[in-house]
Amino acid sequence: MTQPPVVRVAGVSRYFDVSKPWLTRVIAREARLRLRAVQDVSFDIARGETFALVGESGSGKTTVARMVVGLLTPTSGHVRIDGTSLTDGGRTAETDRLRRRIHMIFQDPYASLNPRWRIEHIIAEPIRAFDLVDSKAAIAARVAELLELVGLHPADRSRYPHEFSGGQRQRVAIARALASNAEFVICDEPTSALDVSVQAQILNLMRDLQDRFDLTYLFISHNLAVVRHMANRVGVMYLGRIVELGPGRELFRAPRHPYTRMLLDAVPDIAAPGRSDREIAGEIPSPIDPPPGCAFHPRCPLAFDRCRREVPPLIDGVACHAAR
Amino acid sequence: MLTFPPATGVRTLTHPLAYDSPDRPARPSGSAAPILSVRDLRVEFALRRGVLTAIDGVSFDLAKGEVLGVVGESGAGKSVTGAAIVGLIDPPGRIAGGEIRLAGERIDTLSEDELRRVRGRRIGMIFQDPLTSLNPLFTIGDQLVETIQAHLPLSGQQARERALALLVEVGIPAAAERIGAYPHEFSGGMRQRVVIALALCAEPDVVIADEPTTALDVSVQAQIIALIKRLCRERGTAVMLVTHDMGVIAETADRVAVMYAGRIAEIGPVAAVINEPLHPYSVGLMGAIPSLEHEASRLTQIPGAMPRLSAIPRGCAFHPRCDRAFDRCTAERPPLIAENGRQVACHLYGDAS
Repeated sequence: MTQPPVVRVAGVSRYFDVSKPWLTRVIAREARLRLRAVQDVSFDIARGETFALVGESGSGKTTVARMVVGLLTPTSGHVRIDGTSLTDGGRTAETDRLRRRIHMIFQDPYASLNPRWRIEHIIAEPIRAFDLVDSKAAIAARVAELLELVGLHPADRSRYPHEFSGGQRQRVAIARALASNAEFVICDEPTSALDVSVQAQILNLMRDLQDRFDLTYLFISHNLAVVRHMANRVGVMYLGRIVELGPGRELFRAPRHPYTRMLLDAVPDIAAPGRSDREIAGEIPSPIDPPPGCAFHPRCPLAFDRCRREVPPLIDGVACHAAR
Repeated sequence: MLTFPPATGVRTLTHPLAYDSPDRPARPSGSAAPILSVRDLRVEFALRRGVLTAIDGVSFDLAKGEVLGVVGESGAGKSVTGAAIVGLIDPPGRIAGGEIRLAGERIDTLSEDELRRVRGRRIGMIFQDPLTSLNPLFTIGDQLVETIQAHLPLSGQQARERALALLVEVGIPAAAERIGAYPHEFSGGMRQRVVIALALCAEPDVVIADEPTTALDVSVQAQIIALIKRLCRERGTAVMLVTHDMGVIAETADRVAVMYAGRIAEIGPVAAVINEPLHPYSVGLMGAIPSLEHEASRLTQIPGAMPRLSAIPRGCAFHPRCDRAFDRCTAERPPLIAENGRQVACHLYGDAS
């Protein structure tokens, strides 16, 4: 990879204030509570690549996605697209231009499409907002083209979202991402609301479109098998930090962090029916009160003294005192 | 670190606490008689614009200690099948045909009062969302005691002891302190353990588990699967496990029924159905699931989507999406026939092929 990365996320953290109201706090003499959703997360995504973030609920993967797309501002750290920071320096013509190249596909296609708009209106919105084509006829032609690209019929343009199934709605969401000529698409659990046969259709479509338009994906999912199928590189998140980061093939073949290993063990797989019972222990702790040191140490079979005191840095793709 | 309680805690419950059921028929001594038997079940929903058939001629048996997986996509009728067995089909839905037998006795014709004695007592239920199946206003101890006393003639003290033993058995750490806690004080996985304890209160013969792990993270899901498997093994409870996740079925079930549009497309031993599925829908379904073990550049794609109940195609319901469909499939509905160690409903097999 000699090209500079399209996206560079450098040391990004995001805290949420979850304290009780001021008066309650004063009366009960309670301190402010901060939820550390994401802590010191860094990664690069190269052009045409699929980078996946995988983790259980509460690991902070969606918060990272929302910071990259600009829906949340990081508490600290930078998000750079093509070398330009979107997070500091405020809004300029340059950041506006960069933002147009980013689009997001959300998890729930039932909530992400305006139920009162016709499909053509939904798909044409980014075209109009960014003044990509000027005449009405050109917009209509573009909408028809996009519908066909995602495997819908051009006649579907005058229908409403409720007339479509979940898979078809997700196709509309993808068409909308393509409408803005986005190069970088953030997909937050794009198939977790769908049935498996429909999931396969959407994953295949996403791959075809990536090949065709040289798209770059940031793919967020809790489903390891889907991540393995889609991603070139994978970051595994646990309690707001990336604990392991590396090429998908290596990470799935030889996981190095004990958490990755545990996750892979926990996934029921149809290729191994009736696998013997495994020892999986514990649950993800609360991000308001994370364990000191390595957040995984209470569940880790390899934990020793140092793990309870020191947060292991991400070195050479793995954040673990025991893995080196 | 959380570990399951030692086997000693388990033993106390497998031999019931000073309680022996007088009215329960003796458990079948041989494994030959199925504990639950469903024959030609038909569930209809009478709506203003016509009658929708959600379940159409479903038959299967469930043996003691067996886990039967029921898999299918949304709208296949898996949850309705489970609801029909426990008599929880609300109007306008109704059981329009067929019979359901529990240990040889028909339960689909029972009155609501009689049914209440079967439900929870001899058939336990575990639902998808543990937060909605627990009452947020009562402690889990109170909910367990109430359920136990509704089904078993035990004193408050005995019921409380039993509740505690159940919590220990399902792996709630520090159960004695947690018994007075409210549902919101538990994590999702722990709540689902409480729901499982509730389902096991009266030592049912059959447990219907409807998507018990769908709302949980994978690591917690693995723990719940292990728990369900252990309970089946140790107590001989039969489980009907309804899920859309083929992976969960592969790990847990002994046999699997693949449902499509209200009918069983294929039913047989898990390994056979997963490794060499016969029905074109099962073939497509297995190929559509990304695997951690195999690398595929593309997933198998089944064109289209499950038909709506109001527009189920004639003949084989799968024929519009099937790449091997021929004339007969559009005209005639295929019956379930024995083929290669399992049953399959497809015209490609049997005498016609």
